Amino acid sequence: MLTSVALPVLILLLLGLVFGLGLGWASLRFRVDSDPVVDQIDALLPQTQCAQCGFPGCRPYAAAIAAGEADINQCPPGGEAGVAALADLLGMEPKPLNPENGEETPRTVAVIDEHACIGCTLCIQACPVDAILGASKQMHTVIAAECTGCDLCLPPCPVDCIAMVAPEPAREQWRWPQPARPVTAGEHG
Amino acid sequence: MITDPATITRNAGEHSHHFHGGLRLRHHKQISCARPVERPPLPDLLTVPLQQHLGTAVVASVEAGRHVLKGDALGNVDCDGGVNVHAPTSGTVVAVEEQPMSHPSGLPGPCVLIRPDGDDRWCERRPIEDWRSLSTEALLRALCCAGITGLGGAVFPTHTKAELGRNAGIHTLLLNGAECEPFISCDEMLMREEPEKIVAGAQILQHITGAEKTIIAIEDQMGAVRKALLGAINRSGADDISLAKIPSIYPEGGERQLIQLLTGQEVPAGGFPADIGLLCQNVATAAAVADAFLDGKPLLERYVTVTGSGVAEPRNLLAMIGTPFSHLVAQCGGYTPEAARIIVGGPMMGFSLSSDQQPVVKAANCILVLTREDIEATQPEMPCIRCGECARVCPAQLLPQQLHWQIKNAQWEEAAAYSLGACIECGCCDFVCPSHIPLVGWFRFGKSELRNQAQERRTAEAARGRHLARDERLQREKQQRRARIARKKQALMDKSQQRKSVALAIARAGSKKTAKPPEEAGS
Repeated sequence: MLTSVALPVLILLLLGLVFGLGLGWASLRFRVDSDPVVDQIDALLPQTQCAQCGFPGCRPYAAAIAAGEADINQCPPGGEAGVAALADLLGMEPKPLNPENGEETPRTVAVIDEHACIGCTLCIQACPVDAILGASKQMHTVIAAECTGCDLCLPPCPVDCIAMVAPEPAREQWRWPQPARPVTAGEHG
Repeated sequence: MITDPATITRNAGEHSHHFHGGLRLRHHKQISCARPVERPPLPDLLTVPLQQHLGTAVVASVEAGRHVLKGDALGNVDCDGGVNVHAPTSGTVVAVEEQPMSHPSGLPGPCVLIRPDGDDRWCERRPIEDWRSLSTEALLRALCCAGITGLGGAVFPTHTKAELGRNAGIHTLLLNGAECEPFISCDEMLMREEPEKIVAGAQILQHITGAEKTIIAIEDQMGAVRKALLGAINRSGADDISLAKIPSIYPEGGERQLIQLLTGQEVPAGGFPADIGLLCQNVATAAAVADAFLDGKPLLERYVTVTGSGVAEPRNLLAMIGTPFSHLVAQCGGYTPEAARIIVGGPMMGFSLSSDQQPVVKAANCILVLTREDIEATQPEMPCIRCGECARVCPAQLLPQQLHWQIKNAQWEEAAAYSLGACIECGCCDFVCPSHIPLVGWFRFGKSELRNQAQERRTAEAARGRHLARDERLQREKQQRRARIARKKQALMDKSQQRKSVALAIARAGSKKTAKPPEEAGS
């Protein structure tokens, strides 16, 4: 009587132990360091690292979205297209940008007025993507091709010598204009 | 049985094949072929762009005020990114500055402005007659330094293409003499006037690319050309160069269409002709190679067709690079009163210019001046009726109406999946559309949009990388600072400990001293 109960219990306990060890080992062996959802969200964000979303960079914002702590409409540089892409990825309804985070504006680049720059390095420390070049008491300059237009270098500048301007038009980036849509009634598509 | 396409293509030109779609168009070539080719007089100012090829601009090696001779290099070229440009005549460099370019955008690019001195004096020319004994590297370098690019329109650096072909082990060199667009006749005139040069250039290119044979492809309507080329091939004694006639069904002169006509094989999407054992070059490129190697002349001038109902005397000109288009038109009797639009290239694939002051570049094969009557829309644009004519004529076998909807609705991923990138912008779909929808306009717009999106993704990735690197650096610096502070604190503590122990020792010594005197006193 006792053995007929104890044996199955023992077997089940043993099995549980074996599987538990196996699972424990697997969770160590096949550990994924980063959350793949966060990676996917991060890949859709524009990487301006501008912090307009209220998080210190694109990746923290992606992590917050993945954790359900942030909404998908807090990224003005990504714009409506970015919101739509995020909604598509996460199976949510697209929504308009949250005006609290700012408006979608055309991309700009920072330009330093080199006569006014005093070489304080504050903007270099503020730049999230290392796009400003310079040294203490030496004139600084912006690498235009690497500037994401995040505006973060503007507040720390003590002499207000940084301006955000429209990027120089380059022939490589020139796009053919969109053909005019005809004014005809009843067109769909 | 599976046969390797590169093996099948060995029979290029032996049988006639066809490609999907295409159109029989009226040629309009006679009007510019009737008059002999002329060399226009020197213009007052030459504007030589420093980037006339696909790639990056060369860095100017001359400065304002410097006197240059005909054929002097104007830039320092790194042969990875492009080819050199040269002074088309002797004269003084007036400026090195940004000027509007002959590009659909009309955006400026760096140019060297030369005021000719009228002597047209050559620099020291160095022909390379012993090309058969030179190394491949030296030959490729010579092509690059002579400024040779493909002259068919894409201006891909010839040395890069030749190297690609050589490394892929091509067996056949195709010389493209099929000038398929209406109105353009510069290659036809070149083949009629200078067939020897083309054959000589073919031999050199064949040697450089390591090809076994060369096929010169011409249209079946080019009777005079055929005679001239056959004569030149016979005189050269080359038995590995042959002629192939192809039917004039536009766009038979497109690289992929030409290959399909000659071999029946398709160049893989996203691939190169070299993948199936072939290399395609324009006949004008071959002539430029012969000039560079046998005469030591870099690429300074090209045949340009000046034609259209807006030009008084249409003809072909041998124009120096940098000549303003207005100078060429003036040489052809000027504009007719009805002239309304100036187009670089042909009516199907060309683009209109905002100003006729822009210069002739290596890519400029034709200047087409159209009248108001030519360009006036015969009918307003109407909605698509899904007739499917566009898909029937598309030589790239795409679905133009589908792509049109997708681009209009900004469905970029779908458009890319429907191979928008494979569109050659030949204009066949535009031409047959009964609703007069500017399909190619939409495809050009869509293609540049896709290109820009890819570019934006690359910049975003780079920004992410830099941001990560910065974060890591800041973390590291923080840790180092902490460690430094901790070390300093420790050191300070050690010091104060030491001081304390010294003080203690002194105090001990002092207390001993103070304890001793009574003994001393006692002793």
